[in-house]
Amino acid sequence: MTSEPDAISRVTDRDYQYGFVTAIEQETAPPGVNEEVVRFISAKKEEPPFMLEWRLRALRRWQEMIEPQWAFVHYPPIDYDNVICYAAPKTGAKYQSIDEVPKEILATYEKLGIPLHEQSRLAGVAVDAVFDSVSIATTFQDTLAKAGVLFCSFSEAVHRYPELVQKYLGSVVPYNDNYFATLNSAMFSDGSFVYIPPGVTCPLELSTYFRINQQRSGQFERTLIIADRGSSVSYLEGCTAPQRDENQLHAAVVELVALEDATIKYSTVQNWYPGDENGKGGIYNFVTKRGICLGARSRISWTQVETGSSITWKYPSCILKGDNSVGEFYSVAVTNKCQQADTGTKMIHIGKNTKSTIVSKGISAGKGQNAYRGLVRMQKGAENARNFSQCDSLLIGDTCGAHTFPYIESKNPTAKIEHEATTSKIGEDQLFYCKQRGISAEDAVSMIVHGFCKEILQELPMEFAIEARQLLAVSLEGSVG
Amino acid sequence: MLTIRDLCASVGDKEILKGLSLSIRPGEVHAIMGLNGSGKSTLANVIAGHSGYEVTSGSMEFRAKDITALEPDERAGEGIFLAFQYPVELPGVLTTYFLRTALNSIRAYRGEEAIGVRDFSALLAEKAEAIHLDKELLKRCVNEGFSGGEKKRLEILQLALLNPHLAVLDETDSGLDIDALRAVAEGVNAVRKSDPDKSFLVITHYQRLLEYIVPDVVHIMIDGRIVRSGDKTLALEVEERGYEWLREEVR
Ligand SMILES: Nc1ncnc2c1ncn2[C@@H]1O[C@H](COP(=O)(O)OP(=O)(O)OP(=O)(O)O)[C@@H](O)[C@H]1O
Ligand SMILES: [Mg+2]
Repeated sequence: MTSEPDAISRVTDRDYQYGFVTAIEQETAPPGVNEEVVRFISAKKEEPPFMLEWRLRALRRWQEMIEPQWAFVHYPPIDYDNVICYAAPKTGAKYQSIDEVPKEILATYEKLGIPLHEQSRLAGVAVDAVFDSVSIATTFQDTLAKAGVLFCSFSEAVHRYPELVQKYLGSVVPYNDNYFATLNSAMFSDGSFVYIPPGVTCPLELSTYFRINQQRSGQFERTLIIADRGSSVSYLEGCTAPQRDENQLHAAVVELVALEDATIKYSTVQNWYPGDENGKGGIYNFVTKRGICLGARSRISWTQVETGSSITWKYPSCILKGDNSVGEFYSVAVTNKCQQADTGTKMIHIGKNTKSTIVSKGISAGKGQNAYRGLVRMQKGAENARNFSQCDSLLIGDTCGAHTFPYIESKNPTAKIEHEATTSKIGEDQLFYCKQRGISAEDAVSMIVHGFCKEILQELPMEFAIEARQLLAVSLEGSVG
Repeated sequence: MLTIRDLCASVGDKEILKGLSLSIRPGEVHAIMGLNGSGKSTLANVIAGHSGYEVTSGSMEFRAKDITALEPDERAGEGIFLAFQYPVELPGVLTTYFLRTALNSIRAYRGEEAIGVRDFSALLAEKAEAIHLDKELLKRCVNEGFSGGEKKRLEILQLALLNPHLAVLDETDSGLDIDALRAVAEGVNAVRKSDPDKSFLVITHYQRLLEYIVPDVVHIMIDGRIVRSGDKTLALEVEERGYEWLREEVR
């Protein structure tokens, strides 16, 4: 519309508010991905033999694999010999109580708005805090224990509930599933474990807060959530990292298992450091998240708001095995500056009358690239299965991109698949209209963006929805002049 | 109220306003008429501060303040309102929310307190009633799927709500049926009556609107300039004779 620089393309820098580093002495594994490091981690955690064997099997498999190239993202090769896979505060990798946690770390979480002292914690949310490679504290243990809910760090679960871990670990994402999941299986340091017993509705929202602090470190955490027959749980995940010039790798695995009539709702607000306006630094977020609806009438719902990371590569998926089971995926992904996101979902319909819903909203600004990649597969036995997918893209400015890659496979003629997609753009004219009414460009963009992803934000638990709204506003700040 | 001197403005290499002068005093209604493409909407956009138009020379003063360097939202705060010839749609943005945000942004600019949800609802209901705007429209997203006439009415509702010192109406009458035209004119006249110091710049092709909103001065615009100004009879003359004779005279 104009030859002078578009107001929209004047992308200014905005400081990442969580970019500080905690000064604390850390004990780290030697850099690299090899047997020595695997044995080091396993020994640190005093793991039983089954765990070490599983790790080594994964390591051997990983050494034969090659890094996937199919995603719509671009980055220089990662030097795995230089990655530090394990970092823990020197004072000890295990804390018996919150009083033993070093004050620097407690201060870090205070600063992030996640106080770990239970009395100061928002009521109704139990938190497991993971600092680099170790779980620092899990709050509200007693309340949960009364309901029979098991919620602890993964390392602890390996010792306290080895049967459950052995039964379900790798049952949804096998150790040899894909390059990054296999890397995780060999090197994973910690994460959260949840078990909800039959018939129990978890009395609190459960939450894990991941923080990468150590330089050059990768974070490989693993989360396993099991909802037994007729139980239900809502789980939240949040994450931040310091602002650093080099890229850091985050290769997590999340496995969800829902038995008959169980419901798992998994929400993520992802705010890893996105890198600067020239694409320097930031987290590579290469994550495998998958849930299985094992039992009839079970339900798994993924909601994600992805605003951070330099590169995001994740496809929270559902395997709908139980008859009448339901899978849902609600996503908002924002890319600004030089961020790249390749995200979406897979819905694998196996059981009869299974239903899935996919609503994906991609927002691109600056030089951001946003790709939706989704697979809907109807297996032979998926009688009367249904899928509805909706993928909407919103562009802010002319230098960003949106891409949609829907894959559909149907082996059952009674199954129905519906797909809708739209792309729209916040134009100069819309901004001028708002500004003429006294509304600043920033408020105008945030108003239009919120309108665009209203449906997704509604899916988030209340507290998280407020945080997500603020985060959206912050990550798009400076995207218009 | 508004003083424009020798204004030149262009889009890219194309000069559209070629030395335009205009002075509107408090309480006056000025009308601008002119052929398609003569630069009327451009003038409106430039007054409102659209960044797509570059002011290459000349000056613009609004209430004794140089506004050339102000952003559009700042000009709105100063009291300039533009009713658009083609109001844009804002999908996903609820109209009531939009209107309250607009009003509160302008109040904040003026150092006034924000209006609460309740008081706002009452105010909005009153203003909507006054221009016979269907309240169902307010529950929808801004201009989304509105008919042409509905969009124009929403512009007038915003005029009444935001209460500016100067309102520029860009072909607000085009595409309106006679009832809508009357409602729009009544809305404008009600705003005028509420404060006799308010000024209007009415861009139109039709004498008809000027029967309802009677102008103090009529300007004829040709090729980026005002070539003649006169009283309301000039509008009648142009409607009868067209623009060609004026063009001849200019040559
Ligand atoms: N953004 C733009 N880019 C290129 N040309 C433009 C732009 N805006 C206006 N023009 C040109 O400037 C001239 C004046 O346009 P403008 O819209 O101001 O006319 P107008 O008098 O309002 O016409 P109408 O009566 O049809 O509404 C036209 O030739 C138009 O094509
Ligand atoms: Mg026009």
